[in-house]
Amino acid sequence: MTRIYVPRDSAARSVGADEVARAVENECGVRGINVEIVRNGSRGLLWLEPLVEVETSRGRMGYGPVTPGDVPGLIDGGFLEGAHHELALGVVDDIPWLARQQRVSFARVGIIDPLDLDAYRATGGLRGLQRALQESAEEIVGDVLASGLRGRGGAGFPAGIKWRTVLEAESLDKYICCNADEGDSGTFADRMLMEGDPFTLLEGMAIAGVAVGATRGLIYVRSEYPDAIATLRTAVDIARVDGWLGVDVMGTGRTFDIRVVEGAGSYVCGEETAMLESLEGKRGMVRPKPPIPALKGLFGQPTLVHNVLTLSAVPSIIADGPGDYQALGVDRSRGTQVFQLAGNLARGGIVEIAFGVTLRELIEDFGGGTLSGRPLRAVQVGGPLGAYLPAEALDVSMDYEALADSGGLLGHGGVVAFDDSIDMATQARFAMEFCAVESCGKCTPCRIGSTRGIEVIDKITAGVDRELNLVLLEDLCATMTDGSLCAMGGLTPLPVLSALAHFPEDFHRPPEVTP
Amino acid sequence: MTLLHEPDYGTPAALSLARVEVVVDGVPVTVPAGTSVMRAAAEAGFDVPKLCATDSLQPFGSCRLCVVEIDGKKGTPASCTTPCEPGMVVRTQTPRVTELRRNVMELYISDHPLDCLTCPANGDCELQDMAGVVGLREVRYGYDGANHLDAPTDDSNPYFSFDESKCIACSRCVRACDEIQGTFALTIVGRGFDSKVSPGGTSFMDSECVSCGACVQACPTATLEEKSVIDLGIPTRTVLTTCAYCGVGCSFKAELRGDELVRMVPAKDGGANEGHSCVKGRFAWGYATHPDRVLTPLIRDAITEPWREASWEEAIGHAATRIRDIQTRYGVDSVGGITSSRCTNEEVFVVQKMVRAAFGTNNVDTCARVCHSPTGYGLKQTFGASAGTQDFKSVESADVILVIGANPTDAHPVFASRMKRRLRDGARLIIVDPRRIDLVRSAHITADHHLQLQPGTNVAVVNALGHVIATEGLIDRDFVAQRCDLASFAAWEAFISLPENSPEAVEAVSGVPAEELRAAARLYAAGPNSAVYYGLGVTEHSQGSTMVMAMANIAMATGNIGRDGVGINPLRGQNNVQGSCDMGSFPHELPGYRHVSDDAVREQFEVLWGADLRGDPGMRIPNMLDAALTGQFRALFVQGEDIAQSDPNTQHVQRALEAMDLVIVQDLFLNETARYAHVFLPGTSFLEKDGTFTNAERRINRVRPVMAAKTGKQEWEIICDLSTALGYPMAYDSSSEIMDEVAALTPTFAGVSFALLDEVGSVQWPCNAEHPLGTPIMHVDGFVRGKGAFQITAFVPTDERSTRRYPLLLTTGRILSQYNVGAQTRRTANVAWHDEDLLDIHESDAEARGITDGGWVTIASRVGTTVMRAQISDRVPPGVVYTTFHFPGSGANVITTEYSDWATNCPEYKVTAVEITPTLRGPDALLASAEADAGALA
Repeated sequence: MTRIYVPRDSAARSVGADEVARAVENECGVRGINVEIVRNGSRGLLWLEPLVEVETSRGRMGYGPVTPGDVPGLIDGGFLEGAHHELALGVVDDIPWLARQQRVSFARVGIIDPLDLDAYRATGGLRGLQRALQESAEEIVGDVLASGLRGRGGAGFPAGIKWRTVLEAESLDKYICCNADEGDSGTFADRMLMEGDPFTLLEGMAIAGVAVGATRGLIYVRSEYPDAIATLRTAVDIARVDGWLGVDVMGTGRTFDIRVVEGAGSYVCGEETAMLESLEGKRGMVRPKPPIPALKGLFGQPTLVHNVLTLSAVPSIIADGPGDYQALGVDRSRGTQVFQLAGNLARGGIVEIAFGVTLRELIEDFGGGTLSGRPLRAVQVGGPLGAYLPAEALDVSMDYEALADSGGLLGHGGVVAFDDSIDMATQARFAMEFCAVESCGKCTPCRIGSTRGIEVIDKITAGVDRELNLVLLEDLCATMTDGSLCAMGGLTPLPVLSALAHFPEDFHRPPEVTP
Repeated sequence: MTLLHEPDYGTPAALSLARVEVVVDGVPVTVPAGTSVMRAAAEAGFDVPKLCATDSLQPFGSCRLCVVEIDGKKGTPASCTTPCEPGMVVRTQTPRVTELRRNVMELYISDHPLDCLTCPANGDCELQDMAGVVGLREVRYGYDGANHLDAPTDDSNPYFSFDESKCIACSRCVRACDEIQGTFALTIVGRGFDSKVSPGGTSFMDSECVSCGACVQACPTATLEEKSVIDLGIPTRTVLTTCAYCGVGCSFKAELRGDELVRMVPAKDGGANEGHSCVKGRFAWGYATHPDRVLTPLIRDAITEPWREASWEEAIGHAATRIRDIQTRYGVDSVGGITSSRCTNEEVFVVQKMVRAAFGTNNVDTCARVCHSPTGYGLKQTFGASAGTQDFKSVESADVILVIGANPTDAHPVFASRMKRRLRDGARLIIVDPRRIDLVRSAHITADHHLQLQPGTNVAVVNALGHVIATEGLIDRDFVAQRCDLASFAAWEAFISLPENSPEAVEAVSGVPAEELRAAARLYAAGPNSAVYYGLGVTEHSQGSTMVMAMANIAMATGNIGRDGVGINPLRGQNNVQGSCDMGSFPHELPGYRHVSDDAVREQFEVLWGADLRGDPGMRIPNMLDAALTGQFRALFVQGEDIAQSDPNTQHVQRALEAMDLVIVQDLFLNETARYAHVFLPGTSFLEKDGTFTNAERRINRVRPVMAAKTGKQEWEIICDLSTALGYPMAYDSSSEIMDEVAALTPTFAGVSFALLDEVGSVQWPCNAEHPLGTPIMHVDGFVRGKGAFQITAFVPTDERSTRRYPLLLTTGRILSQYNVGAQTRRTANVAWHDEDLLDIHESDAEARGITDGGWVTIASRVGTTVMRAQISDRVPPGVVYTTFHFPGSGANVITTEYSDWATNCPEYKVTAVEITPTLRGPDALLASAEADAGALA
């Protein structure tokens, strides 16, 4: 029986994957062809979705983007045997865009049915947890330290140090909190992993629980991700039934269970302390640090807070030892980063590759330049709080330190490209507007400053006391940077100031005259 | 004193014993580990600018004015949220932070009204102060940007106003409501620039706000402001004094302009309240200047005649002549007096002295008779001291809190806030109450066990707890062996282990499931620190004294006495119940609880007072009333108590008063008792008094006059004049001299003087050579009586029980906004919350009787009937109804019975068998009473 893969990822579904799957089923049914349709995750080549794969002796042959209307023609053309077709992409694993990647966290995403535990096991799943259960806590933490893994949420803090802090904190109650409130514009890796390979995340959390002595894990998923929430909840149920979550993890008598919590619908709830407040049922407002969550986190107990991608890197680090992971990357940025290419690019999607790839490689080799075909003007790396880098700066190495040196930040690995039709004063205004909309309102620089920022930029573009207001804008940015309680207000000046620095001409245009 | 500004260190004191040394602006300072940089700086003498920080609240880190630079740390951390680390070098004034603070303030002011000169907080505004401190000189953003200047003002609360346009969103009010008061009525709604304070999306009056005023006190601007300040202006001087409502005894700063009281602000260093207050203490003081107050003495020959005004000389002379006439005709013991728990220790002391020395009788009693007399008796029998064992602060160390027959959130709200804080921090909670009081389930608090017993079965329930402790091996044998009388313990252990005290047996009488009783007993015994807090739901029963001893038994059996976090803690009803008892108000006891028959003690008094004292106990209040009906008791002096409203079986009280030849009432208002009086001597409010109150934790607090006596006389002066007119001259230069006399005669008060209190604030008795600064926790090394004495506490059901004719059990209590008979609170805006007494009845009982929510009902007991409106409520179980007794019109005590505690005659207010029927008569009955009340002086 022929096995056909049609992604269930919501990005694929948004462009008709469900309809394609139904069309394949119907068409084959009508024709009396026996096929097995597997709903896999997405391979991350988003411009090709819905990307349908057919299992053949040569490997999985890809076709895409497929519409339901293409299906009869595909079957007529012998696609069930992997025959050539105008939509044919050849063996998917051989597509250079994929072949050039170094997938660790995303190794299984797009390959298997995300909720097929047998398939998960068959592709190496649960080896990490098994090994962790045989190791001492110190050994596991040592492996994480040795791997060089750093927090993928944006701050890049060494994961192993956090683990050790939680391990050494004395408490009967400890928590593992997974931050899946993926709110950065242009990012989607957390979602695709949760929808495409939830067991990896759960396994990573279970390993973390075993390592630091936590018995409970919570995943805080943004409310706009209903598919991810449903997939995770089903996965948790399956894992409980299978006995690797719950009161007796893999028969060891140890307890670790996971609850999936729907987020409260606010960007700032992705800030780790605001997330903890929200998890406690409170208004999502940022807490001052110290105390750090590793010592006093959820309900005041030691809490290991990590992003989805950080925890998802853990199973392979533990299963295969830290060496393989550590061997990837450059300098102090070890392992791989899951880059998300978005914006005005010909080929958007997931690129997991070792640190050290240049921005140019991502934009040009992977992204294929702008979708519009117009010249690239700016790239924003690291989400809405990341810097705008000019087209001339594309040779920067994509790692924590190099990006920081060039005035940017890696953030959650989002890369958003803009062509030359973009007005950077508008983008600077948008940064302030985003902050004004999403500020939790706790600290003054962010609460009032973001609104004043919009007004000041409006005055600048309107030509009102332009020079004075440019000085005021820089003062305001300094106030927000130095004075804000968290990165929301503290980093909002980054896109604003980078726009000012690299694209000053956009702030000095003659004011538009209303006809 | 000029206006007292208390220092604000920005963040609460750290409690750690470890010390950390840091250098702030070049000055080394050593602080407890965990202290914030802000507080360390303040202690070094450098106030860092701040708006959202205040030392009564946990650091929050929102205003960002308090940024500093710390050597070796990047950026500009907020000093409020940064803990001191050893060797830290902090700089509070650098060009960078100066610039930053000014820029932050510029943002604040870009969204704030510029009406400082006409703002009610002008001169008392932290925002204004900080704008000055940071040197703000211009707002470059202009004032035409987005703003909140048109935000509405919520004036719904009678005492304070909420002007949203002035709000700086610092959350101090929200945090005060959460952290200090524990009501969680306020929140921030909206986010970012739209963030604003909201009482849960409605008006303050319609919200869960309990009007404690903590938010008003916390507000750094004019956003939340007392209406009295808006009306009058900022006060200019402070008098430190003590609240005259409940037995918590909160210390207040009375803030005045001249002798006009502008506002009451709880004092931070008040031992009982530590800067917190409730709606009564902070706001409900308007009665002191209410037009109903009588300021001139009144006399009349018969109670059927109208009053006529008299001079002090005439009134006192008239009273003295009548007293002596009556004594001549009917004997020395035909007269007596009642002291008031509302008055100062000094005022009470002179009344009992007058009765004993000038009247020549021991017929003196006090209103504690009807509330906590069983406490005095029970704790004296078991521990040897008629007082609670702990200070309020002790609750912060309790692990298990057992609340019995008390409703602290309504009746002792400031202590309740402290208790709730401890409960939120994890202490376990057991509640024994027929009603589902707020503590059973409220914001962030859920009782582990609510033993919802049938009224009148307290003793059975506590015996069942004792039974589990004794039979499940939970007795602290070491404690018992070292500290208790072993013979009494052996007897108790045998008694309490009897099957009739088992939870299974008690379930049948109390209705509390046996398993709940067992679980609660195990929890209490497990502690490690278990504390009992109780109120009148314990004492006002026919077995009130038994119950007090039953609780003392389990505390001794589990070793929960004599250290922080444990104890037996009566929550006293009135401001000076403890003090009035201490001052010798009982017919059998001289000051300090010494029996009148003790010749040696009596001799001390006789020598100092120059009078012969009687060695036989006098009459208690109920005896006086009974004797009045038989003609043996003819004249009564009543100091500040309204026995015609507050005492049980009103008809009986009224008949007794009517039968007397002379009733002298000393009070602020013509109360219900004054209807039966012949002489009315106008008293002083707490704002005029000079003396001391002793609260439920034995804390002696100074009451200082805020204004001159409106009547021209202090109450103790009136008593001295009356005594002198009776031929026993009594004179003091000041109330301080009275306390000196108390100290000279009372060993537990030997070290107390106004000078000491003025110096240290307050002391808890015993205060003597051994404990010169008082005794926060009693029985630490040994019981006052030597060995703790277990008492046999067999449960004897009250004779008052439900019958076919009276099938429901009525129990009574208080509500937050009103106080006791309501003489004060009814004369304040507190009626906005509660303007009539309501009968709480369970839905099933209401339905069976055709009673609707809000409908008028008749409540009938075997002694009387009254009328009020019903409120269908699931706070009471089926078979139990509940009401308050704050309004004379509803006359709750018309229906309460003559049953009382076997040992002390404390009335059994808490159990009355009644029947409830729907009626239409209500409004007329209430109206008639209200008219009579208003027309009393006419």
